[in-house]
Amino acid sequence: MLRVEHVDAGYGDVQVLWDVSFNVAEKEFVVLVGANGAGKSTIMRTISSLVPLGGGQIWFEDRRLDLVKPYKIVEHGIAHVPEARQLFPDMSVLENLELGSLTPQAKARRKETLEWVFELFPRLKERRKQMAGTMSGGEQQMCAIARGLMSRPKLIMFDEPSLGLSPLLTQDIFRLALQIHGQGITILMVEQNVKQTLAICDRAYVLENGRVILEGKGVELLENQQVKQAFLGI
Amino acid sequence: MEVFIQTLVAGILIGGVYALIGLGMTLIMGVMRIINLAHGQLMMVAMYITFLLYEYLGLDPYYALLIAPPALFVLGVAIQKYLLNPLLEVDSIIPQNQILMTVGIGMVLTETMRFIFHSDYKSVKTSYSSATFMIGSICWNVPMVVAFGLAVLLTACLFLFLLKTDTGKSVRATAQNKDAALIMGINAEWITQLTYGLGAAMAAAGGTLLLPIYYLFPDVGAPFTLKAFIITVLGGMGSTVGAILGGLVLGVAESLGATYISMALKDAVGMVIFVLVLLFLPGGLKTLTKV
Repeated sequence: MLRVEHVDAGYGDVQVLWDVSFNVAEKEFVVLVGANGAGKSTIMRTISSLVPLGGGQIWFEDRRLDLVKPYKIVEHGIAHVPEARQLFPDMSVLENLELGSLTPQAKARRKETLEWVFELFPRLKERRKQMAGTMSGGEQQMCAIARGLMSRPKLIMFDEPSLGLSPLLTQDIFRLALQIHGQGITILMVEQNVKQTLAICDRAYVLENGRVILEGKGVELLENQQVKQAFLGI
Repeated sequence: MEVFIQTLVAGILIGGVYALIGLGMTLIMGVMRIINLAHGQLMMVAMYITFLLYEYLGLDPYYALLIAPPALFVLGVAIQKYLLNPLLEVDSIIPQNQILMTVGIGMVLTETMRFIFHSDYKSVKTSYSSATFMIGSICWNVPMVVAFGLAVLLTACLFLFLLKTDTGKSVRATAQNKDAALIMGINAEWITQLTYGLGAAMAAAGGTLLLPIYYLFPDVGAPFTLKAFIITVLGGMGSTVGAILGGLVLGVAESLGATYISMALKDAVGMVIFVLVLLFLPGGLKTLTKV
């Protein structure tokens, strides 16, 4: 479904990604793990065309994604739940969700999608009139995920959904991700929370200094010596 | 007491038109984070359009509201598209190149109008230009009342647009978080063009409303750029509700200054308020209104 091929990218003169390749199949739950500064968020931003490629190609369902303008990405069926939520803080929860469904197809199904999303996140229904910026971190993360779902994506990308959340809330968010995956939506997630995400995903890639150094099934990587030493402290 | 109320009425009426002009600059400030220092000059261009329509076609200035603001909308979109947005692509030593560009645009507009119309003062003398009516002992100037009413109506339309339509929400979203707006599928570049166009159109509407009571010359823009800037800062740099209050405060302050201090010091009163706000209410009226 999504193929990232030999991608180089960076900001100005600083190259962050070096020859990164990976793929995500339909209905898969794939995780990219790595330490701070490994280039995880940059990968997400290149897929969303927010960061231009220095080399390589990105394909989504037989279309070159890296030639698409940033605001057109969502029309291809990709939702991006960005790092640190990036909600519209001075707008209500409902307005944030409405802005998630601006494409013509999503707009036509807005009412129906809202009901579905409120079912997944009953908390958001209670708070739909509240300004997004005034909610707690966990609620904001839910709102960001819900906003992504509003576009009716085939693939949803989560960038560090556990950032700044308590372990309990983090578990809630991962459970929600599994629930969304269970509804047939493909997931690409970036996380620092290595142990928990490897346990729930189908496949994972390990990034280090902007390079992919390992790939495999999540549970297998959990047993991998290199992963254990680098991330799990065993 | 009567004089005081009369002064207050005059201040609020002109303040409504100031608010309309200031809102345009505030909107541009909110979305693009630049101060549009060509704002009054855009208004001046609209006033000349209205003047021409009156002079050669005999069109009433209020009908020009249907022509001058749309014309300035198109001019504004073009300015953003061809002059301001390209600057974002260029690496420069000064980060605020766009603001400098607006200064240049203002100068070009002023000198172009001076070239075409010379520096002579023009005015539109309509049958109602000096018409008044009385309510109790308070005297109401007809064109000012009409200008205020239309300014309120246009402001209400703008708010409906920003609050109720998807495009309006996209404008607010782009102002609050441009990257997130892009991810949502909002064409942020078009939103900047739309916003500058709207800002220019609002300045144009303000200018057109003022023409029956104001005189017109190529340099009339600069003081209005300053007024719009004061209103934007008073309102809290990007707050639309703040800008409306800012416009009214400025109008009333000028009016009080003209009555109780000196007509010549009218504009100075606005500047004093500006300095006081910067010193004692640095967040502007937004800190009071919260929106």
